[in-house]
Amino acid sequence: MNWGSFGNFVHMGGYGFYVWGSYLMGVVCIAGELILLARRARLAERRA
Amino acid sequence: MAIDSYRLDGEAGGNWLFRLAAPQAFFPVAGKMIPWFAALAVLFALPGLYLSFFVAPTDFQQGEAYRVIFLHVPAAWMSMFLYVIMACWAALGLILNTRLSGMMASAVAPTGAMFTFLALWTGALWGKPTWGTWWVWDARLTSELILLFLYFGFIALTNAIDDPRRADRAGAVLAIVGVVNIPIIYFSVKWWNTLHQGASVSLTRAPSMATTMLVGMLLMALAAWMYSIAAALWRVRSIILERERDAQWVRELRGVQ
Repeated sequence: MNWGSFGNFVHMGGYGFYVWGSYLMGVVCIAGELILLARRARLAERRA
Repeated sequence: MAIDSYRLDGEAGGNWLFRLAAPQAFFPVAGKMIPWFAALAVLFALPGLYLSFFVAPTDFQQGEAYRVIFLHVPAAWMSMFLYVIMACWAALGLILNTRLSGMMASAVAPTGAMFTFLALWTGALWGKPTWGTWWVWDARLTSELILLFLYFGFIALTNAIDDPRRADRAGAVLAIVGVVNIPIIYFSVKWWNTLHQGASVSLTRAPSMATTMLVGMLLMALAAWMYSIAAALWRVRSIILERERDAQWVRELRGVQ
């Protein structure tokens, strides 16, 4: 798959909003879970 | 909890699996496993994303919109796998009365809920350009939404009961009853006339998609598996510390640090 330019890659053939909206939420979910996991581990160790 | 007479190298010994079932034995083992599973997750995700965006061809019907599949299908698979794993740990806890089982069930639940939400979210963003609607009350979408509520119910119920062992047992009953929803989700596209398409990948016939698409999707699914294991192990370590903070071995741990 050769996109030609970065602009085309972002545009995703007109479906950029749907494709990137999906992957952005994926990043937000995983980053959010990792932040919560780190906070819980820190609290658990402090109170242990 | 303070009087915990379990001994790692005791003469009563048993085999290694039973030794690992003790929270204080599992705690350091989980700690050692987390970086390996995290590394594997990255190792699978990088080529998976590369195939998804730079190798897999444009779909002749859906154009580039189909690229949501590389996140949507792994998330949907994990939402179901993790529920079954959670219910198995919960059932094991009910049957064998092992403390670690309930902790594992609780450790899996939030990650399962996260993947269920992600499957619904990516499904909505895929449905809009291909079906013309964000949401429809068909059997596949509705049963997946019920799965999200089952995860929320399990988390809320186990958090609402103060005694952790009682919380585990109550949660286990809910988790086991909820398993009936899993085959409903999986077979919904066969049993009912749904807007959602049928399975593209099945064990009984050749997949109906290009090889590079399939390999990209499977790599992303493996990455999601490895991530889930790492996340659950990280969470269970916190749960062990929270529940056993008065135990002698935790105090010794604190003394060492």
